[in-house]
Amino acid sequence: MAASESVTISVPTTFAQGVRAAAPVMLGYLPIGFAFGVLARTTGLSVAEVGLMSLLVYAGAAQFIGTGMIGAGMAAPAIISTTFLVNLRHLLLSTALVPSLRENAAWENSLLAYGITDETFAVNTAILQGRPATVSYVSGVHIASQSTWVVASVVGALAGQMAGNSDALGLDFALPAMFVGLLMPNLRGEDRKARLASALVAAAFAVTALVLFPGNSWAIIVATLVAATVGVMLP
Amino acid sequence: MTIRPQIFALFVGMALVTYLPRMLPLVVLSRFKLPPLVLRWLSFVPVSVLAALLAKELLVSGGKLALPPAHPQLLAAVPAFVVAIWTRSLMGTVVAGMAAMALLRLIL
Repeated sequence: MAASESVTISVPTTFAQGVRAAAPVMLGYLPIGFAFGVLARTTGLSVAEVGLMSLLVYAGAAQFIGTGMIGAGMAAPAIISTTFLVNLRHLLLSTALVPSLRENAAWENSLLAYGITDETFAVNTAILQGRPATVSYVSGVHIASQSTWVVASVVGALAGQMAGNSDALGLDFALPAMFVGLLMPNLRGEDRKARLASALVAAAFAVTALVLFPGNSWAIIVATLVAATVGVMLP
Repeated sequence: MTIRPQIFALFVGMALVTYLPRMLPLVVLSRFKLPPLVLRWLSFVPVSVLAALLAKELLVSGGKLALPPAHPQLLAAVPAFVVAIWTRSLMGTVVAGMAAMALLRLIL
């Protein structure tokens, strides 16, 4: 213990230290946020709507999935239910932050919770290692990260607006290609065979359902529930 | 630069269901633990949603199976998969898919 304690850096406490700690997150959010803005324009969202979505929802995968469903004309309840499912994993992140944030007031944590993403979680837990964190420091990480996400997506939406004939540039395929890129990391590492099985079940179920019941908004979410259940039951 | 009321309402709904799982453990239930089976089930959700949506984009159009050459989406996905597997780059994957789609439109 003594040896490991001597190499750990002291806990950052100020807002500015939080902003500095967020640098890798900001660097990652610039291209992905930009890409989101471009793609969201191809599904018919206005620049203001893109910015609003990044401000209110602030969840990368769910925003890509949600705009894809909006573009496909799916019903709002189905889109909201799918968003809920995709973002349920934040329960894990929020739970894991409890040791560092339990001394804060509930209203402070209710604000800090808004900025929990896979990326800010990774930065915070790596630096804090379970030690108590100040509200100023975590605010710095979260505000710097989300500001970058919102600005990058708005800039991407403005760029998408100027792209002109988007189909000739293959822009209509940008969203499916993004799904390929988001899917592949899920098929690596632990449990990859069960995950691959889930993916195939979900794909087969969704295609069958959409051919049998054209335009049905619930096909995706039912396919997801079935496929995740199959995956979890595999050895 | 307009915001449609129904889109605004949709985003508020999406924001709410996104915020609750972020907030509840931290604020309300700081000592609760999710059962391991629920945690494992949750870990299968992203891969399932993405696969379902991708299959829809690649294989279905207007409620019918949509295959090449009339619908080149499936072919355009091949280079995207190759780049995703080899480089693990999200941007590279998107660019490869878009380039393949633009090229296929010229050829087919």
